[in-house]
Amino acid sequence: MSDLVNINIDGKPCAVPAGLNVIEAAKLAGVEIPHFCYHPNLQVAGSCRLCLVSIGTPARDRATGEPVLNPDGTQKIAFMPMLAISCGTKVSEGMHVVTNSPQVKAAREGVLEFLLLNHPLDCPICDKAGECKLQEYSENFGRGRSRYVEEKNAKPKKVPVAGGRIMLDAERCVLCSRCIRFCREIIGRDIFGFIRRGSKNEISVYGDDGGDSNYIMNVVDGCPVGALTEAAFRFKMRPWFMRVVNCVAPESSAGVNTNVWVRENTIYRITPRANPFVNDSWTSDSSRYEYKIVNSDLRLRRMRVDGAPCEPGYALSRAVDVLKSDPRIAVVASARQPLEEQFLLAEFASMAGAKVYAVSHLGEDDGFLVSADRTPNMRGLFVSGLIKEYPKPDLSDLAAEIRMGNIKTVLCLCEDATSLGLEEKDFKLANFVYCGVNDSLTARLAKVALAISSNFEHAGLFINRQFRLQKFDKAVCAPKGVLDFSAIAVKFINAFGASLAENPDIGQLRMRISEMCPILPKGCETGEGGVVIDSSAFASIKFPETKSLHFLDNE
Amino acid sequence: MNSFEIFLAAQTSGAAGWIAERASLSGVDGAGAAALYLALKIVFGVAAIGVVMCFAALSVVVERKVAGFIQGRFGPNSTYIPYLMLVPVVGKTLRRLGLMQLVADGLKFLFKEEPLPGHVNKFWYTLAPIISLSPVLICACVVPFGVFEHGGKATALAAANFDLSLLFITVLGSLGVYGAVLAGWSSNSKFSYLGGIRAGAQMISYELVMALSLAPVLMWIAPRVSSPFNLFEIGMSQSGMWNIFAQPLSALLFLLALFAETNRQPFDMAESETDLVSGFHTEYGSFKFGLFFVGEYGHMVVGSSVFICVFLGAWSPLPGLSWPLEWGAWCGVLSFLTFILKILAMIFFFVWVRWTLPRFRYDHVMNLSWGKLLPLALANFAAYMVLACFIK
Amino acid sequence: MAIVVVERKKLSFWERTYLPQIAGGLWITLKNLFRKKVTLEYPEQRPALPARYRGAPTLVKDPDGREKCVSCQLCEFVCPPKAIRVSPGAIAEGSPYSHIEKAPAKFEINMARCIFCGLCQEACPESAIVLQKEFSVNGFDRKSFIRGKADLYEKGGVLPDNVMKWRKASLNAEKSKGGR
Repeated sequence: MSDLVNINIDGKPCAVPAGLNVIEAAKLAGVEIPHFCYHPNLQVAGSCRLCLVSIGTPARDRATGEPVLNPDGTQKIAFMPMLAISCGTKVSEGMHVVTNSPQVKAAREGVLEFLLLNHPLDCPICDKAGECKLQEYSENFGRGRSRYVEEKNAKPKKVPVAGGRIMLDAERCVLCSRCIRFCREIIGRDIFGFIRRGSKNEISVYGDDGGDSNYIMNVVDGCPVGALTEAAFRFKMRPWFMRVVNCVAPESSAGVNTNVWVRENTIYRITPRANPFVNDSWTSDSSRYEYKIVNSDLRLRRMRVDGAPCEPGYALSRAVDVLKSDPRIAVVASARQPLEEQFLLAEFASMAGAKVYAVSHLGEDDGFLVSADRTPNMRGLFVSGLIKEYPKPDLSDLAAEIRMGNIKTVLCLCEDATSLGLEEKDFKLANFVYCGVNDSLTARLAKVALAISSNFEHAGLFINRQFRLQKFDKAVCAPKGVLDFSAIAVKFINAFGASLAENPDIGQLRMRISEMCPILPKGCETGEGGVVIDSSAFASIKFPETKSLHFLDNE
Repeated sequence: MNSFEIFLAAQTSGAAGWIAERASLSGVDGAGAAALYLALKIVFGVAAIGVVMCFAALSVVVERKVAGFIQGRFGPNSTYIPYLMLVPVVGKTLRRLGLMQLVADGLKFLFKEEPLPGHVNKFWYTLAPIISLSPVLICACVVPFGVFEHGGKATALAAANFDLSLLFITVLGSLGVYGAVLAGWSSNSKFSYLGGIRAGAQMISYELVMALSLAPVLMWIAPRVSSPFNLFEIGMSQSGMWNIFAQPLSALLFLLALFAETNRQPFDMAESETDLVSGFHTEYGSFKFGLFFVGEYGHMVVGSSVFICVFLGAWSPLPGLSWPLEWGAWCGVLSFLTFILKILAMIFFFVWVRWTLPRFRYDHVMNLSWGKLLPLALANFAAYMVLACFIK
Repeated sequence: MAIVVVERKKLSFWERTYLPQIAGGLWITLKNLFRKKVTLEYPEQRPALPARYRGAPTLVKDPDGREKCVSCQLCEFVCPPKAIRVSPGAIAEGSPYSHIEKAPAKFEINMARCIFCGLCQEACPESAIVLQKEFSVNGFDRKSFIRGKADLYEKGGVLPDNVMKWRKASLNAEKSKGGR
C-alpha cells in the first residue's frame, strides 16, 4: 500500500495504490465506471467493452525522453486515439482518465444498445429486476430508446441447471463470462460455456452442470443480469422490498460474511457479503439455507417443565430452582452461541462453581469456505475462558461423572446430549436444564427445557478460524415465547447472588466483556471486515482446520 | 249563593268558567261545577303547555330547515316512518318537511344513555335542567292565545288570566336563567362555569333594558285600559293600532333584550361553541340536555308571545283590523290561529337572524347593554314620561 | 417589521347603529332562502363522473382473455398506504401463456386502505391494473374490504387495447392473416 501513484480522473487528481486497474482506481476516486465482465475476485476477461474510457499518459519526446510541455508550461498529456477498457488497464504515474467525454458516452450507449438488441425486456417478470446491472446501466448510461425493428433472436429459457438449483435464461445473458470464469477458477472445472457465434452466441452448460458442487450458486450472485437465477428464490420476493442485514454464516468456523434478506420478519434468502480477508465474494451453497431453522418444525417453540408446555416465567423460575437444588453442577457450553452469551455462561459457571463441558462438531474440511470445525464460534469458548483444551466430539466424560454421582445438575446449552453419549437413565441421575433452539430428545427428557433464539434472531459476535472477531446483526424477531439466552443467563447469574441488569443491552454486554477480556478491542468494535485478535495465548491448542482460502495460505 | 258562585265571585275567567257556568246552568250542582271548573283549568294548563312544547319542537325543525335553505341545502328530508310513507301525498310531504326527523331526534334524546359525570355536584346538576324548563312552562299558562265572547264581554283564551300577568311572565321568564347558572356551577368544569356566569350577567344586563322598554308601552296604554299589566288587556288595547307603530324604539329595545334573554344568536354567549365548547351544558347529555334544548326554544315561544301581545297587536290580523267578537266561537278560533301564525313568524325571524348575524364578542354584548341600550331605554322612558304629563 | 397603523374608516351614524347592515344581511340571507339548492341527494341521485375518474382499482384482462398482470409487484411497491399485496406464482407448463412464466398466485387489494391515488395504474408496466368508476366501497366487516384476485378480475373486465406484447410471433402472424 505504500506505493501510491498519482493519477487524474475526470480532471480530479488523486493518489491510488500502484497495480490497481482503472475501474478500482476510479472507484476509490468516487467515479463509477460501468462494467459487466469485470469482477474483483475473478480474472479480467475484457469481453463486455462497457468499461471503455479515454486514457492518456504524460507525453515524452521520443528522442530525448524529455517531457513535452504545453505552450503554457504544463505537462502535455498524450491521449490514446481509441478508447481503452478500464478493467484491463493498470494505473501508472501521471495517467489521465476521462470517463465523461462524449466519446466515452457514445461508446457506452453503443455497447448497451447492442446488448439490448436481443434482450427480452421482461423486467416485470425477471427476478433480477431491482438489482440488475443491465437495468441500472441502461437507465444511467443508455440511450433510452431502441432503434431495432427486426424480430429478436429466441434463445433457451427456463433451463434448469446445477441439478435444478439454478434457472438459466439465455435471452437475458450479456455474455460477460463471469460464470464461466468462476467455475473454471474457483470450482476448478468447466461448467458453463458459450456456444454459437455472432448474434446467436449464447451461454450454455455441457453434460456436467455442476449439480454436485457446493459453490455453484455463487454464479447467481455473480451474474450481473437475470440470466442465472436461484430456483429456490424464483418469484418469491422483489429485492426492493427486502432489508439487508449483515450476518455471519453460522455454518462453520470459516465465518463467511453474509447478507440476510428480510421482509416483514421473514428471511427470503442469504447471499455472500464481500470480505476480502475472509470469503472474497463467495459463500457455500449449504450456508444459504441455514435460515430455514427460523421457521422449522424441529424448533423448540415452547418452554417445558417436566415435559409439559408452560409459560416462560414459570419455566424460568423452575429452572432456577433446579439449578440451585444441588451444588454438584455442570455446564455444557456450546460453540454455536455468540461470544456475549458464552461470557455470560462462563460467569454463571464460575458463580455456581460448575464444571464446564463442551462438544466439538467436526466434518470434512473442503479447503475453501466450509471448515472442519462445523461450529461458528469454537474460538469464543477459549476466549471466554470456558474451556482450556479442544473438546471431544461427545460428552462421555460428563456421562461418566453423572454415573459416578459427582454431577447432580446440568445446564445444557444447545447440545443434544442424548446423541453425544448420554442415555435416558442419566437424566434420572441428574437434573437437566436444557436451553436450545432445536427440539430434541434431550429437551423432552430434561427437567426444564427453555426455548432460546437462533443466531438469526439476536445480534452477536463470532470468532472465526483466523481468530477474527466478527459481529452479526439481528435479522428477524424471535417467535413469541422464545427468549434470548442472554436474558436467561442474566436471570441465572442473579439467582446466584449477582445483580446484573435484566434484559441486557448488546452494547453494554460487549463493553463489559471487553473489559473482562483484554485481548478483545474496547466495546468489541470490529469495524467492517472484523478484527483479528491476539491469539498467542491459544497457540498450543490443536485446531482441526486445514489450509484454505485466506487461512494458513500465506505460510 | 252556592259554592260555585262564591268561587266565580272570587275568580272569573276564561273558557273554563264559561263551560262550568253552562254546566251549572244545565242542572249540575255548585260543588260539581266547581270541580269541573278546576279539572278544566288543569286540562287547559296542560293544553297550553302542550302548545308551547309543540312549538318548541317545531322550532327545531324550522331552525334546521331554514338553516339548510339559507345555506343552499335542503335540511332534514330523509327520515320517515315506514307505514306513514304508505299514505300517498302526506307521507312524502312530512318526510320532505323533516317532521319525522323531529320525532327521531326526540326519541334519540329519550333513549340515549343517561350519563352522570363523576365530577359534578349531582343534586344541582340534576336539578338544573328542570329549573331551566319549568318556568317557561308555567309562563305558558298565562299567555292569552286568543279572544272570544263570553257574557257579552271579551274573554281571554288563556289557562289563567289575571291582572299582573305581564309582570308574572317577565319575573318567571327570567327565573329560567337559574337553570343555566346552576348547570354551569354544578358541572364543575371551567367551560360550563364561564357559560353559567355569562348567562347570569347577560340576564341581569338585559332584564333592565327589557323592563324599561315595557314601561313606556304601559304608560301609553294606561289611559285606555283598566289594568295595564294584564297581557290580555294590552292585547285588546291594540285592536285599532299596534303598539309597535306607536312605540318603535321600545319595540326594538324589547326585541334586542328578548334575543339576549333567550340566549339566541347573536347573543348566545352562554353556549358559544367557539370559545366555551358548549357553554353551561357542556357536561350534559341525553335527556337532560334535551330539557335545556326544549327550554331554550320554549323560552323563545313564550318571549315571542309576549312580544306579540305587547307590540304586534296580539290577535289582530292586520293593523287596524280585529276579528269581530260577534262571531263567537269562530272569533276564538280565528284569533287563536292568528296568534299561532304570528308566533311562527317570530320563530322564523329568530332563526333568520341566527343564520345571518355572527356572534358578538362578550364584551361587546355587555357594552351594548350598559353603554348603549340602557341609556337609550332610560331616555325613551323619560321622554314618554314627559309626553304622558303633557297628555294629562 | 415596522408596525403600520392603518387608519380606520370613519363610520357614519347609521353604520354605527349597525341596523342597516343587519337589514342588508337579512335581505341577503332571505334571497338565499329561495335560491336553487346545491345539495346532491346522494343515494337517489348519483353524480355524473368524468371520463377519467379514478375510482377503485381493478385487474383487467386483454382481448384474448389473458390476465395481463405478471406480478412484478411494482404496484405493491408504489402503493402509498400499502393496500396492495401480491404473491407471485409461476404459470403452469402447458398453459398457452407459459412463456410469460409469471402470474400472481394471489393478488389482494385492501379497499379499507386504498386511497384511490392511481399510482398503481401509473406504475404498472403491463396496464394490468386500472382504476375504474366505482367510488363507494362498503362492507360490514374489515375482511370484506380485502378484494381477492377473482373479485378484482370480475370487477375489471377486459381492457380493449391492442398492445399484444406477449402474443407469440407465430400467433401474431396467424391473427394478422385472419384480417384482424
